[in-house]
Amino acid sequence: MGQTLYEKVFNRHVVREVAPGQYQLLADLHLLNEVSSPPAFEALRERGLHVRHPGLTFGSSDHSISTSGRADDFADKQAAGQVAAMGRNMTDFGLTYFDPAAGEHGIIHVVGPERGLTRPGMVIVCGDSHTSTHGAFGAIAFGIGTSQVRDVLASQTLLMEKLKVRRIEITGSLAPGVYAKDVALHVIHALGAKGGVGFAYEFAGAVVDRFSMEERMTLCNLAIEAGARCGYVNPDRTTYEYLHGRDHAPRGAAWDRAVAAWEQVRSDADAVYDDVVTLDGDAIAPMVTWGTSPDQSAPVDGHVADAATAAEHGWTDDVLDFMGFGPGQPVLGTRIDVAFLGSCTNGRLSDFVAVAEQIRDRGFRVAPHVRALVVPGSQRVRAAMVAAGLDRVFADAGFEVRDAGCSLCCGMNADRLTAREVCASSSNRNFRGRQGSPTGRTLLMSPVMVAAAAIAGEVTDARQLFART
Amino acid sequence: MANQANDRRILRVAGRGLALRGDDIDTDQILPARFLTAVTFRGMEAHVFADARAAAAAAGAVHPLDDPRSAGARLLVVNRNFGCGSSREHAPQGLHRSGIAAIIGESFGEIFAGNCVAVGMPCVQADAETIAALQDLLGTAPQTVLSLDLEQRTLTAGDRVFPVSLAAGRQRQFVDGTWDPTAVLLAAGPAIEQTLAEVQAFQG
Ligand code: SF4
Repeated sequence: MGQTLYEKVFNRHVVREVAPGQYQLLADLHLLNEVSSPPAFEALRERGLHVRHPGLTFGSSDHSISTSGRADDFADKQAAGQVAAMGRNMTDFGLTYFDPAAGEHGIIHVVGPERGLTRPGMVIVCGDSHTSTHGAFGAIAFGIGTSQVRDVLASQTLLMEKLKVRRIEITGSLAPGVYAKDVALHVIHALGAKGGVGFAYEFAGAVVDRFSMEERMTLCNLAIEAGARCGYVNPDRTTYEYLHGRDHAPRGAAWDRAVAAWEQVRSDADAVYDDVVTLDGDAIAPMVTWGTSPDQSAPVDGHVADAATAAEHGWTDDVLDFMGFGPGQPVLGTRIDVAFLGSCTNGRLSDFVAVAEQIRDRGFRVAPHVRALVVPGSQRVRAAMVAAGLDRVFADAGFEVRDAGCSLCCGMNADRLTAREVCASSSNRNFRGRQGSPTGRTLLMSPVMVAAAAIAGEVTDARQLFART
Repeated sequence: MANQANDRRILRVAGRGLALRGDDIDTDQILPARFLTAVTFRGMEAHVFADARAAAAAAGAVHPLDDPRSAGARLLVVNRNFGCGSSREHAPQGLHRSGIAAIIGESFGEIFAGNCVAVGMPCVQADAETIAALQDLLGTAPQTVLSLDLEQRTLTAGDRVFPVSLAAGRQRQFVDGTWDPTAVLLAAGPAIEQTLAEVQAFQG
């Protein structure tokens, strides 16, 4: 009987079974950020422990870091202290730090893959729920809490129970103007924000096979918003072509051996799944969320849930009150105040290229009442944007291009919504207060849809706005 | 080490309960991101449900956490998917530091539930009817003492006894006092490096 990638990789990383169904699992890559790691280092110091495998441990400051291009421009003293503590901890414990002072930083889920740290067959952990992103490479990658960060620093292992595996096949092909983000929001809409609890999601099918690595990262990034602890795509030639030649990728004979091993970690053709779901890729439209949970979404020409639909899902009226929508109201035409292009979901070069292709030399301008931010996922992405002239394309259209960081995705630096502002956002969470204002409102959508909303000043169908006649 | 584990055994949690109604209460609500820039969990209790409490106060209402009738509650009774979203341990740390010692819910966000183990705050599951009964009971009689028995996996509320569930491995961690697993993990010793060597050899 065949095995899934999840089972193969999990089993290979088991150090021992500690209790029935509870395993001590080895992590072969540990990524750190400045938010979840400081108390873990504090605990190591208190307990007199050291980092067991510094060579497998890498860190970046991303959440609290300023994106203004001025290193000292922190939201507050505490944020500055957090980034300073990160640098200190990385030095004290001898770990590799993508140092903001050297312009090396970025969102850790963007930096890991672009440096070739993320590779097939690994178990990757990070004190951040969007660690699921790295599953795009055929790794088991999941978020952990600070106490587990402490444990992995001290032992390179953690306690884990096995997840079930649900295979999600996206068949057919996507219509023009439909992106990986729309596929992810569609999956979450179809299966629910808690539909994946207890599962790892294996994404497959013709649509996923054709996806680039960056599109696969967008999809796996949002697995956590579907309730799944991790998501993954089986590695294939697309994966290997992406990895070849990256900083930490194997070279020469080691490369060939690695590819042979990676081929073996793919799910077997006769693998047995706990569940299989098939979704029709041709039927997916650009998606927009209208609520405060990522499954509260509709196709762009669709409507906010009416009373019957809300009752069916158990959604309460206060969601619509918070968002300022009436039941059954069209999503199109919702006025926005802020547009955010960035985050570990959609802050990679291809995301900005996709938008730039639509707006370049066409005279589009951000609507006067809209503040539009372009925040690269890493300083390397930023450099690539500048090299390709994308920064000019955005600036000419009235977007503000900033330095790398999480920025408005979580409102921990100075980039925040104020009061009841509505933000069209390429990020991943529409939770209340997520973007830094307790009453701010978030509409999740693809980067191209965000750009269209920025230009129109309201939610609009990007396929029509950017249509070439 | 054994003594230390003995001191940390969590067999029973008893005290007053607090009902927090609603599905999908995410960790951004439990602990808003702007309070995460601290480099320590000390003082995190001050920010628990900060926005929801402020909003309730502004609307002239009282958030359940500020309801004097529930002051000193140790057991939280919640609905579905409590603690979904971000992996921030600040959320369970804040709840625990504000006096909550156990959570009973229909279901939990997975990373959140794991973090709760690590801070020594059991999350146990009960079916929807049990949760509804408990929440209603706490609404009418907030003084009721709830008692969670982790060995028997039961919750006693007044004269009623409800079954609750939690994974066997986690139950053992609380009952044995090994919910802080660092020592258990380190006890594997060189087996860790052996597994690492095998993984690395396989990867070429
Ligand atoms: S970009 Fe957003 S989701 Fe991603 S790591 Fe940063 S805060 Fe988290």
